[in-house]
Amino acid sequence: MTSLVLLEHDANGIKQPSRSAVAAATKLGEVHVLIAGSNIAEAAAKAAKLPGVAKVIVADAPEYDHVMAEPISALIVALAPNYTHLLAATTAVGKNVMPRVAAFLDAQPISDIAEVVDADTFVRPIYAGNGMATVKSSDKVKVITVRAASFDPVPAEGGSAATEPAPAVDLPKNSKFISAELSKSERPELTAARVVISGGRGMQNGDNFKLIEPIADKLGAAVGASRAAVDAGFVPNDYQVGQTGKIVAPELYVAVGISGAIQHLAGMKDSKVIVAINKDEEAPIFQVADYGLVQDLFTALPELDKELGSS
Amino acid sequence: MKILVPVKRVVDYNVKVRVKSDGSGIETAGVKMSMNPFDEIAVEEAVRLKEKGVATEIVAVSMGVTQCSETIRTALAMGADRGILVESDVELQPLAVAKLLKVIADKEQPKLIILGKQAIDDDMSATGQMLAAFLGWPQGTFASKVLIEGDKITVTREVDGGLETVELSLPAIVTTDLRLNEPRYASLPNIMKARKKPIENLKPADLGVDPAPRLTVLKVNEPPKRQAGKKVASVAELVDKLRNEAKVI
Ligand SMILES: Cc1cc2nc3c(=O)[nH]c(=O)nc-3n(C[C@H](O)[C@H](O)[C@H](O)COP(=O)(O)OP(=O)(O)OC[C@H]3O[C@@H](n4cnc5c(N)ncnc54)[C@H](O)[C@@H]3O)c2cc1C
Ligand SMILES: Nc1ncnc2c1ncn2[C@@H]1O[C@H](COP(=O)(O)O)[C@@H](O)[C@H]1O
Repeated sequence: MTSLVLLEHDANGIKQPSRSAVAAATKLGEVHVLIAGSNIAEAAAKAAKLPGVAKVIVADAPEYDHVMAEPISALIVALAPNYTHLLAATTAVGKNVMPRVAAFLDAQPISDIAEVVDADTFVRPIYAGNGMATVKSSDKVKVITVRAASFDPVPAEGGSAATEPAPAVDLPKNSKFISAELSKSERPELTAARVVISGGRGMQNGDNFKLIEPIADKLGAAVGASRAAVDAGFVPNDYQVGQTGKIVAPELYVAVGISGAIQHLAGMKDSKVIVAINKDEEAPIFQVADYGLVQDLFTALPELDKELGSS
Repeated sequence: MKILVPVKRVVDYNVKVRVKSDGSGIETAGVKMSMNPFDEIAVEEAVRLKEKGVATEIVAVSMGVTQCSETIRTALAMGADRGILVESDVELQPLAVAKLLKVIADKEQPKLIILGKQAIDDDMSATGQMLAAFLGWPQGTFASKVLIEGDKITVTREVDGGLETVELSLPAIVTTDLRLNEPRYASLPNIMKARKKPIENLKPADLGVDPAPRLTVLKVNEPPKRQAGKKVASVAELVDKLRNEAKVI
């Protein structure tokens, strides 16, 4: 049994969710990884260092920049006959690419697995994580996305895999990348941060997120948000935590001015320690919070900043 | 230009669902059902394109139990022109839905198919991408903005780091994200009018598709329950607890 994992990379190397996908794949046998884009020698070298990886397939071509679904799925389908399992992390890229791959292979994708039971059997959340379904696939090849928050990532270093170039494949030309408008931030990525502080509708406007920033700085935290805060334009879309946003499971999650709708809980309830700051003591968020503070956030946040600063 | 909009009947997003005590699935008996929220956004986008004169006809398709016709009626009341119901007693997984939609698309020849990015019951987020593969079309998933010009569609997508814009040749697949639009409520006169709009009734066999599921659900468990913790009286107490009890800061 050999698995192929589609990796995502940036200037810092192999992204943490992809390293979690590798961790899931190592439970299934031998692991090969695919890395794609132009001028990726450095990223390929980093991929080769991932512990547990036996082979790195390098697709070095501009057609693979931005990991568009149409070309990359054609490549994965061409590689598929060598593998029993094809995996990627449940990220915007993984969700975009893997179902397309699955259809070409006449397989039903197994989305967002939280556990590997055996080679055919996996646990995945349904209904915003209100149920954990154990599912068994009868497909010849399993096409899987991996819930990064449920698997400890493999370390960035320690392995030494062989690399080999990807085969040339006929690529469709029906899609074109135009531009990206990425939020710039010095902070850790939401899905990789040890601490996450999220603001909700209670923040009232985008400017007030400045109250969160010094605290996030002191804790090395990523900043997230509820859907309501994103919809209202307080913060960019990629801040959204929840069933239909990002799934996080940090050591510490602080929810500020967030009521705790099921869709939000779905994205953070596996955090180790949850803190809620909300002026409504009936807010459902308190039912999952380890520490609840019933206080107006406009007094609590400056106090919290001061308290942390005086350490 | 014709637009196809697949709409799924799901447990309403406000319902707090329960796992059945025998672990066989989620309790759906007597529970309020609605159109998948992302599909409402898809219908709304199609209707806006028709109002702008870009689209000429909107066909809503729903697959599953007989009552999916109600979901189609909702789409018709929002402004879709006609419906197609594919009735099936077996559970339809995204692979089967995508195969059925492929056959319907071959027959209907739409220029655009708009789906939800995710059904909030199975949380698969797969059908649109699979349909794109079966049709050999490009896909603009998780769309927060679409613009059609000539035989091209420009789609702004919500991705992990922010937004990404791609240009696709039509015909194409779009899947909707939350920020694409705010769906309208159907007015009473439109609900009345929708009753007269036609719905075609089909079975998977009529479309030559074997709908058998490939994933067998062995059991459904409740997720581990979190205990509500304690209330702290002040920020100082909170920081103390995080430092000395939870030891996370
Ligand atoms: C299809 C679908 C998908 C969705 N996906 C997501 C998702 O992925 N993520 C997500 O988060 N939501 C999602 N939602 C939305 C979800 O249902 C809720 O509407 C949303 O989470 C509410 O956000 P909120 O808690 O910030 O706002 P509200 O529910 O309005 O809560 C605001 C809270 O702030 C508190 N507050 C107000 N002022 C103050 C103050 N001065 N000090 C302290 N506290 C204060 C209030 O007491 C209240 O509890 C989805 C909904 C649908 C239909
Ligand atoms: N049974 C169905 N009937 C109609 N549309 C469906 C059905 N299942 C899935 N879809 C469409 O596919 C989208 C994504 O669903 P899923 O891949 O299951 O998350 C939904 O938002 C619908 O647009």
